Order: sequence, then C-alpha cells, then structure tokens
Amino acid sequence: MAGAIAVVGVSFGAIAVASGMDWWIPSALSVLVFAGGSQFMVVGVVAAGGGLVAAVAGALLLNARHLPFGLALGDIMGRRPLARIVGSHLLIDESVAFAMAQKNDSARARAVFWFLGTTAFVVWNLGTIVGAAAGQVIGDTDAYGLDAAFPAALLALVLPALKNARTRNVALLGAVVSLATTPFLPAGVPVLLSLAGLVVLVPAPKKNEEVAA
Amino acid sequence: MTITAILVLAAGTYAFRLAGPLLRARLAKAHGGEAALPPRLAEVLSTAATVLLVALIATSSLTDAGSFAGIALPAGVLAGGVLAWRKAPFVVVVVAAAVVAAGLRALGVP
Repeated sequence: MAGAIAVVGVSFGAIAVASGMDWWIPSALSVLVFAGGSQFMVVGVVAAGGGLVAAVAGALLLNARHLPFGLALGDIMGRRPLARIVGSHLLIDESVAFAMAQKNDSARARAVFWFLGTTAFVVWNLGTIVGAAAGQVIGDTDAYGLDAAFPAALLALVLPALKNARTRNVALLGAVVSLATTPFLPAGVPVLLSLAGLVVLVPAPKKNEEVAA
Repeated sequence: MTITAILVLAAGTYAFRLAGPLLRARLAKAHGGEAALPPRLAEVLSTAATVLLVALIATSSLTDAGSFAGIALPAGVLAGGVLAWRKAPFVVVVVAAAVVAAGLRALGVP
C-alpha cells in the first residue's frame, strides 16, 4: 500500500507544480492537510481558474467525511488525549478502511491504524516532494495519466466494503446523485449530497441479511 | 494559493478529524460508558464513509471542472478497478490506471 500512496503522492506533487504553483505549496498541503482528495480538489479548482474561497470551501466540505469516519472508528486510535490529538491527524481513508477491517480485534485494529497512518504520512510527503521536483520537468501531467492514479487508489480501497449488497446499493445511488448534480453545484457539494443515498437503509435489515459493519 | 488558504484548510480538516473521536466519547457516555453505538447508527455511519468515497471516485474519474472528463481517465480508473477486483497489489492497480489513461491519450483518445 505504501508504494501506491507514494505513486499518488508523486502524481499530486507533479500535477500541482505543473499547474503553475510554487514548489512548496504541494508539500505544505501534504504536511498540514494530509487528505489526498481535498488536496487534489484545491489544486484542481485553482488551476481551473476558480476562486480561492470556493476551492477551500469545497475541500473542507469534502473533508467533512472525516467526522463520520472518526465516529465510526471510535476508540481504535486510543483513548488518551495525546493519542487522540496525534491520531486524529492520521485519520485518513486508508487507515480507517484497514483498521475497520480488523474491528473485531481491537488491539490489532489499533496497531494497524497507527502503523498505516504514520507510514502513509511519511510516504505521502516524500512522494509529494519527488512529484513537485518532477512536475517542473514534465509539463503535461495528463499525458502520463497521473490524474487516474488517485481515483484508482480509492477504488481499490472501497471494493471490499462493496461486497455487501446494502452498502453497494447505497453507494451506487449516492454516486448517481453526485454525478447528476456536479454540473450545477460548486465543487465539493455533490460529493456530500451522495449521502442522500442513505435513504436505502431506511427499511431495517432482514434477519438473514448481514449488517454492514 | 496563499499560506492563509492552506492554514484555513488545514485547521478545518483537523477540526473534522478531531470531532469524530470526541463526539463518539460523549455519545458512548450518554449510552452508559463502554457501550458502543447502537448497531443501526453504527451501520449508517460506516456506510456513510463508503458512500462518500464512492461518490468521490465517481466524480473525480468521470468529471473534470464540472463537465465530462473524457474516455481515457475513466478507462484508466476502470482498468485499475478490475485489477483490484482480481486482487492485484495496490501499487499495480495505481500504476496500471495511469498507464492505461496515458496510453489511450497517446493514441489520441480524449
């Protein structure tokens, strides 16, 4: 997984610099924000000539998903204040997904969360630096398919959760809602609207059906 | 991109991240200490995370600045998805997605 995060980090650094940003901007984002989707979004909106306020607002809306992530994760990161203060910054899609997969063994889930979180932080930032350096040479990052790296990495991440039919139905409905609204709404809002898909969960699960967890 | 914009985004993102564990602790207390969230709420919360990620995948691979992104990008992502489904290593998935998108563009596919 570290290799994949490195590749996506390289693609982020390269795309940011190739779109005309100073070399330190992608690294500042990778250290301080450390949330790939929102980093790609601010860079994309600004590169497309969008306003800075719209870019940051959209990215913040996208990152609002970390709140339900943290709620679902619960005490896996640890209960002490320091564990929560540091662990919260390491709360990313990957560390949540893999820790949740070990949820029945809380000691193991905690180890997985911290190991993946710190590894991802180091690799993501190294990748960003390499990408920013490469981006100054490359120019057209689309020609290298760098924009496909991030969504593919996310897709690999959610596939296991989609084996559950209820989850899959909710997610497909949500994706349709966000795609349909994308042309009309500011970047970031359509992704949040996908939560409308949760109405599928309104009827309680049948007894023979496994509850998504 | 200004340093102020970066700091606002960083602070806001961190607040979202910290709010989850803190709220969870309160909720658990309200339900009597150790007790986990009600199973229905837990199901909704964990599904919500998946829904948001799938929506992010769909919008970032099919749209670009509010309109259709072309064929090469979603084709690359789809190739990565098929490899992931066939249990290919994570790094292979990501590199294949980029290679397929780049290859199609080299052939003149938008």
